[in-house]
Amino acid sequence: MRAVLMALAILLVVAAPSRSQTIAITNAKIYPVSGPPIAKGTVLIRDGAIAAVGEQVPIPGGAQTIDASGKVVTPGLINSLTAIGVIEIGQVRDTNDAAARGTNNVAAAFRIWEGLNPSSSLFAPTRNEGVTTVIITPRGGLISGQAAAIDLGTGQVADVLRRGPVAMIAQMSNSTAAGTNARGELIGKLRALLDDVKYYLSHRGDYDRAQTRSLGATNTDLESLIPVVEGRLPLVIDADSVAEIDSALALARDYKLKIMISGAAEGWLIADRLAAAHVPVLTGAMNNIPGSFDTLNQRQENAALLRKAGVPVALVGNGDGDESHFNARNIKYEAGNAVAYGMSYDDAMRAVTLTPAELFGLSDKVGSLQSGRDANVVVWSGDPFEFSTQVEHVFIKGREIKEKSRQDMLTDRYKPGARR
Amino acid sequence: MTNASVLLRDGKIAAVGTSVDAPADALVIDGAGKYVTPGIIDVHSHIGDYPAPGVDANSDGNEATNPVTANVWAEHSVWPQDPQFPRALAGGVTTMQILPGSANLIGGRSVVLKVVPSRTVQGMKFPGAKYGLKMACGENPKRVYQTRGPSTRMGNVAGYRAAWIQAESYRRRWDTWNATHKGDPPARDLGLETLAEVLRGNILVHNHCYRADEMVQMIDIAKEFGYQIRAFHHTVEGYKIADILKANNIGAAEWADWGGFKMEANDSVKANLAITDALGARAMIHSDSALGAQRLNQEVAKAMYAGRAAGINITEDQAIKWLTINPAWALALDDRIGSIEVGKNADVVLWSGNPFSVYTRAEKVWIDGAMMFDRSDPTEKWRTDFELGNVKEGN
Repeated sequence: MRAVLMALAILLVVAAPSRSQTIAITNAKIYPVSGPPIAKGTVLIRDGAIAAVGEQVPIPGGAQTIDASGKVVTPGLINSLTAIGVIEIGQVRDTNDAAARGTNNVAAAFRIWEGLNPSSSLFAPTRNEGVTTVIITPRGGLISGQAAAIDLGTGQVADVLRRGPVAMIAQMSNSTAAGTNARGELIGKLRALLDDVKYYLSHRGDYDRAQTRSLGATNTDLESLIPVVEGRLPLVIDADSVAEIDSALALARDYKLKIMISGAAEGWLIADRLAAAHVPVLTGAMNNIPGSFDTLNQRQENAALLRKAGVPVALVGNGDGDESHFNARNIKYEAGNAVAYGMSYDDAMRAVTLTPAELFGLSDKVGSLQSGRDANVVVWSGDPFEFSTQVEHVFIKGREIKEKSRQDMLTDRYKPGARR
Repeated sequence: MTNASVLLRDGKIAAVGTSVDAPADALVIDGAGKYVTPGIIDVHSHIGDYPAPGVDANSDGNEATNPVTANVWAEHSVWPQDPQFPRALAGGVTTMQILPGSANLIGGRSVVLKVVPSRTVQGMKFPGAKYGLKMACGENPKRVYQTRGPSTRMGNVAGYRAAWIQAESYRRRWDTWNATHKGDPPARDLGLETLAEVLRGNILVHNHCYRADEMVQMIDIAKEFGYQIRAFHHTVEGYKIADILKANNIGAAEWADWGGFKMEANDSVKANLAITDALGARAMIHSDSALGAQRLNQEVAKAMYAGRAAGINITEDQAIKWLTINPAWALALDDRIGSIEVGKNADVVLWSGNPFSVYTRAEKVWIDGAMMFDRSDPTEKWRTDFELGNVKEGN
């Protein structure tokens, strides 16, 4: 027993300094994102937060220094549309916790993070490639549920959960999944639901006495949608065609909702209206296939054209390579391809850092390198969007995490010269 | 080679080197600062069989009505107006193998196509290319047929063996009759005809298989019935048995980083291609995706740098082979395509920069010496019938 206590004491002593450590990353090319790039400067991390960023930053005595000459430092990347920790293996049913059953295709009360597996084997490989924060997003139905922001750190749900909910998720591109048979019916169902929420909000007392008209959703779902109709919680609407996006804009206008469009395959054709309505878009830059009649005009320039029109754009994966979980790490290549298809480099960097932080109400803590922000920081060997670049250091809340993924372990076991 | 020239004439590569004399009437394209590679070859595609848009009416890739459908041919499903063809071409792909899907143990014949516009699949077929036979291991067949069988991996193996037993008997009957012409010829059976051609070495086996242990089971079956597996496809665990693949002269067609979508894909590692190559097996990239097909150069870049990060020094020259000569070998077309050598087909891509950079795009693509894609000239862009009036011009 004494030995165990001793061991625990040692562990605590060893673990404690890493939290209060002061780290100076020096001589680096820095993308603060909130301001212009710094050709050669220092990022100072103290007590889990960014203490200073600039060309001339005094380095306190005792600070651990990382000489990042020739390297690049950015905020940890943010992937806004993932299922990390809620889908481990797509076709293994028991590891899928991203789609709720709901009632009548409405699952507004579904809080996706309550089923989060923070021990998922996908945290390490995603983090090791420079992603530090992800939005985990429910799917399916008409109203899919509530999304949350998590850091790809270690520990229990409470340790990694940054905030939940950060958005309510809905979709307009699949009438069958919504329990309807036609797009117009889907939109009618959505309007009726929002009307019910507003009615419920002003008749809560009557509801408890069972003296309300009949309502199309359960009370927990109606409760969960109150922040949406009050414009406090963003509603992310999956919509692809011009017509679907147009319907979403009309809905937002009529109900005074704060919305974002995800997917937005044909967004570039309605970019001016999205910009005028100040509606942000979550889309990718690697899909140009007219994969359905909703996405006939999908193109790789979409994100760049939306940006050019003034639409806030967060880049997300929109291909077929499991970009929501196994390959959520590839968000940096989405950004690189966006640049290849017309987006400015700085816009692409912003689209995987500060813009998503702003869209999900997290920009006071993550998405940029500024004094006072949480120290979610990545040191790259070169241009973060290039295949040749390796991640050298990842900090989450000021703590460097170096943990091999099981993919690394398998590689070590089987690579040439290894003992199998 | 740096500062070099390639001369294309009459559909063939006429010269390559640092001092190439071009005839006076040749069209000269200045490639200063740019890269030229052989046309990319994708050995695993379903374009045309699963066209875009993905509607039930055109979903023609899996004849999922019987676990053994050696009688079907992928070319009979190919829709030449699939808008995914021109998009693959714009990614530098000049040759692709279209395979039946993986629902079945034995899915049917593949077809090798040139990525060229045509009203008919006949106009796209690579002249003289051998057919392939699609086989599939593991989860897909046992999931599709779980109620009628096979529903287990041992059921899968019993299914392959039963098919090859029939095929062997059929081959013998026909070979005997062909030698003697005595009496009536045996009755034709389309499926067994294809399998017999595999046993005679005239059709190449392309075997969808993820797990290392399962690939070795398939090698045992091939030995039992005396056929050769040309290449495993997907080969997610190729890195675990690359020495065995090398010893059996079997190619490994792999993704860079797909994994995790099902249990048998759970051990995917990004260094797979690099380890497979370093241990001496013939490694190649493949897409299985109309999106991935457009960026096979990027996929190879991921895999090459993942290898280097793991301490395996893969050079660019090695990695280029994953896109070109190694897949050409898998199709038994390495004497005609897959490298820039005098006399080979003039299938060539001009890239805006290093093809292993995320910012690089194919600028011009030639097939048999004809410029089939030119990013700078949208007026000449291949637009399929489907796209007219459906997809806006300039897209």
